[in-house]
Amino acid sequence: MSALVAASTTWLRVGRVDDVPYLEGRSVHIGERRVAIFRLPDGWAAIDHACPHKAGPLADGMVADQCVTCPLHGQRFSLLTGERQDADGVGVRTYEVRERDGYLELCLEA
Amino acid sequence: MSCIDPERTARVLVIGGGIAGQAVCEHLGGRARQITLVCGEPHLPYDRVNLGRLLSQPSPAVLGDLLLRPQTWYADRGIDVRLGTWIEQLDPDGGTATTHTGEQLGFDYAVLCTGSVPLVPPLGNVDAAGVHVFRDPADCEQILEDAARARHAAVIGGGLLGLEAAFALASMSVPTTVVHLMDRLMERQLDAAGAALLAPAMEELGVEVLLEHRTDGLIPGPDGRVRGLKFAGGTRLDCDLVVIAVGIRPNIELARRIGLSIKRGVVVDDRLVTSRENVLAVGECAEHRGVVHGIVAPIREQAAIAARTIAGDPACYEGSTPSAKLKVMGVELFAAGEPESEHAVAVRNAETGSYRKLIVRDGRAAGTILLGDTRGSDLLLDAIRRAAAVEDPLQLLAEASQSSAGDLPDAARVCNCNGVCKGAIVDAIRTGGLGSTQEVVAVTRAGAGCGSCKPLVAELLSIERAGASEEPAYLCPCRKLTREQLAGVVRAHDLDSVSAIGAECGAGRECGACKPGLAYLVSEIRGNRHREERHARFINDRVHANIQNDGTFSVVPRMRGGVTSADELRRIADVVDKYEIPMVKVTGGQRIDLLGVRKEQLPAIWEELGMSSGHAYAKAVRTVKTCVGTDFCRFGLGNSIQLGVELEAAMEGLYTPHKVKSAVTGCPRNCAEAYVKDIGLVAVEGGWEVYVGGAAGSTVRKGDLLTVVSSAKAAKRVALAFLQHYRENAEYLERTYGYLERVGIEAVREAVLGEGQAELLERYRIAKAAADPDPWRERHAPATPKQFEELDTEAMIIGPPVGAAR
Ligand code: SRM
Ligand SMILES: Cc1cc2nc3c(=O)[nH]c(=O)nc-3n(C[C@H](O)[C@H](O)[C@H](O)COP(=O)(O)OP(=O)(O)OC[C@H]3O[C@@H](n4cnc5c(N)ncnc54)[C@H](O)[C@@H]3O)c2cc1C
Ligand code: SF4
Ligand code: FES
Repeated sequence: MSALVAASTTWLRVGRVDDVPYLEGRSVHIGERRVAIFRLPDGWAAIDHACPHKAGPLADGMVADQCVTCPLHGQRFSLLTGERQDADGVGVRTYEVRERDGYLELCLEA
Repeated sequence: MSCIDPERTARVLVIGGGIAGQAVCEHLGGRARQITLVCGEPHLPYDRVNLGRLLSQPSPAVLGDLLLRPQTWYADRGIDVRLGTWIEQLDPDGGTATTHTGEQLGFDYAVLCTGSVPLVPPLGNVDAAGVHVFRDPADCEQILEDAARARHAAVIGGGLLGLEAAFALASMSVPTTVVHLMDRLMERQLDAAGAALLAPAMEELGVEVLLEHRTDGLIPGPDGRVRGLKFAGGTRLDCDLVVIAVGIRPNIELARRIGLSIKRGVVVDDRLVTSRENVLAVGECAEHRGVVHGIVAPIREQAAIAARTIAGDPACYEGSTPSAKLKVMGVELFAAGEPESEHAVAVRNAETGSYRKLIVRDGRAAGTILLGDTRGSDLLLDAIRRAAAVEDPLQLLAEASQSSAGDLPDAARVCNCNGVCKGAIVDAIRTGGLGSTQEVVAVTRAGAGCGSCKPLVAELLSIERAGASEEPAYLCPCRKLTREQLAGVVRAHDLDSVSAIGAECGAGRECGACKPGLAYLVSEIRGNRHREERHARFINDRVHANIQNDGTFSVVPRMRGGVTSADELRRIADVVDKYEIPMVKVTGGQRIDLLGVRKEQLPAIWEELGMSSGHAYAKAVRTVKTCVGTDFCRFGLGNSIQLGVELEAAMEGLYTPHKVKSAVTGCPRNCAEAYVKDIGLVAVEGGWEVYVGGAAGSTVRKGDLLTVVSSAKAAKRVALAFLQHYRENAEYLERTYGYLERVGIEAVREAVLGEGQAELLERYRIAKAAADPDPWRERHAPATPKQFEELDTEAMIIGPPVGAAR
């Protein structure tokens, strides 16, 4: 799997569109990485799954229109920019994600 | 000038968990790689300033009320807190400290925040029983205990601390005498005229004042307990409780051991650095430009500078203006700066017993004493701090007595504990649209220290809000909508889901925090015939298990009334073996918890347990604990097991504003702890007592007796009516104890026992009929795709990317 992520801009098919319910997140393993993918009212968002605080599972977080709240201690991140929203602090990485033929595709830049 | 290398800013060891140590942690924020806070006392840092509240009658505070920050605050910041740990040795060169257990802690910077210890004069028999100092919670505990049977108390020392101790004792109805060496009380802060007014004010509160009395020794009784004081000159005072409050001595023991430069305290420069470059000192143990401070405001200022020094962002501490406020109810006293000088004006009002003085030195404000009328103290303190030029001192005094918070300059400090200026508060109110004092305190931290500036914060808020009253509790704070307003929206438009509420009024769409509350609201209003949306539920309610600190979950099956069987236990044992569950634990709620389960294992485990969900993860009915009752117990007056099992079956599956825990106990010995449950039933001779609003969690409260009924059936009926009343009326996340405190038992009685009871029970039946008694059945019919799983882990590559060389 790590050979796959070595290329510069690679789109990976990571799952079926139908498997991510409205305003929820699901996570996916890609090599060492774990990415959380969310279905928003108008599109998709993908960020690191592990919260920078204590690695809380962000895919399990509460999603509003454009942000997600970590289920463990409540840090909030923008799903558009990855920035921390409730206070200053470390944000998360965002990824490009798109919908093709009923599948979700994720763009990983190595 | 700084030779501290910011590159090394890394591991900071804070020695001493008082207000100073905590303030250093607070100011270091994210600027240290690692912070270790070593607290000699076995508690998290607490607010020593308000220690007296542990003695205040009729209901003394508990230490938990005084904590400066909850445990989670430290956990969230990764601060390694060591309670009950003493640093015995420090090696600045090697960067290691040794604890009393011999453990070695590494550091790049150490900050001494070792505070001070009470001064105990070498009097005869000071170690007799009944003799105390007033410095920490343990002292308070002993004072409380002795005060309960004391006939007369003596406080040695007529300073701020001694007067507070005397006031506390007097308010416990113990006749109390303050014994003071000098010819006036609080001579360090007051002039003779002010002190002359203070003594009668104290006497009015029932505290006798003996001035110019030098205590020579204590007189022990035959039982080793103190019996009196002996004064120079031969007179005596009979007393069986003594509090010594003659002063404090900087705790410099550790500093001395490692050879730091010491005078009265540990000598620090303007950066708060001691004679060793990587050791700093802050607080009552530190001596700066010849001054050792014994109050909080300077300590916080020092902590801020020390944190900057460590972060390689040098700043200069130039000293602080001392100020003092006496926390004795009924005596208003504020003093700041110098108490006396050649140029001073004073205004005395014999009628009201007030005394207001402004001290001027070289034409600039230098000190003030306000007794009996402390209006304008903030304005005067600000002038003293700035050494403002004063042309007409009388006029300034007069202005101060007329001033309101609005007149303060923006730079005036409102909160001395946390150093928050008026400008910052007003700014936060305006930009953040803050509407309640509580919010302002949370956002600005003003008022989060000793709390004495909270009225001023409230005043500023009310000025900003042009007198409009404070805002209520919002269910959706982003859109400022209360539960009642939102319920109105749901009813008016007949909405059936959280999304529909969001579309109608925007609630829940900004930060999402209120979505679980909205989900509960819509379910409650529609008697559980709403459209369930999992995105509006916290993860626990999406997978029906409680999330743990490592992202795994716990499984707590329902065990009504705490009753189980060999069969269930066997199945539990098999599941634990098969899934290698790391921990099986009997809970405080009389059931069994399987901890450390992965999300994807949940459905199979539920299947094999063959038991239903215990809702241990939800804001819902949790448990009904029972004791053995008449079936087995020789004292049993009622069949508590049977009633408990029935009650749990009747309530389970219902979601509630916050969790609901219940207990049924067979007699007033209360083995099932029913007095401290949300709903508690207690069998008594001839019937059952029904208690509501009890608590024994973070708050401890005995439930209010709602009523006494003659049969188990009636008890169940009242319990269910109360449950429904609570479901319909409490704020989201308001436990029954909070709800009862807010509305009072009388209102609840009227609603639950009055004519409305039948309707409450009818609505309860409707809600119960539509409720899902066992969400674990979703193992057969998942509510959402991949409810318990991740997406495909088999990610597949989609052709070579455009322009990518592979
Ligand atoms: C498992 C259990 C501890 C145990 O091993 O015994 C437990 C575990 C938790 N309790 Fe508790 N409480 C447990 C009995 C209690 C009790 C005792 C009781 O129920 O008789 C109390 C005091 C009674 C009460 O609730 O007032 C109790 C008062 C709390 C509180 C304080 C509530 C309050 O308002 O005072 C919280 C925090 C909260 O609810 O906000 C809490 C919160 C928690 C949480 C859910 C914290 C969380 O949100 O993750 C803990 C989950 C740990 C985990 O990782 O699974 N737990 N907790 C007990 C489960 C009982 C059960 O069978 O359902
Ligand atoms: C009853 C009372 C009322 C007060 N009222 C006011 C008031 O109204 N306004 C005001 O401004 N101030 C008031 N004060 C004073 C104020 O509380 C103190 O100035 C302040 O708490 C001192 O803080 P500190 O952190 O410097 O010292 P401390 O609070 O003494 O903390 C030092 C801590 O370090 C620990 N320690 C010491 N050595 C070691 C070691 N080697 N290893 C580990 N831990 C160690 C000690 O156990 C202690 O917990 C009052 C004090 C009291 C007692
Ligand atoms: S189980 Fe309860 S008491 Fe124990 S740590 Fe968790 S919340 Fe605190
Ligand atoms: S792990 Fe995310 S907030 Fe703590």
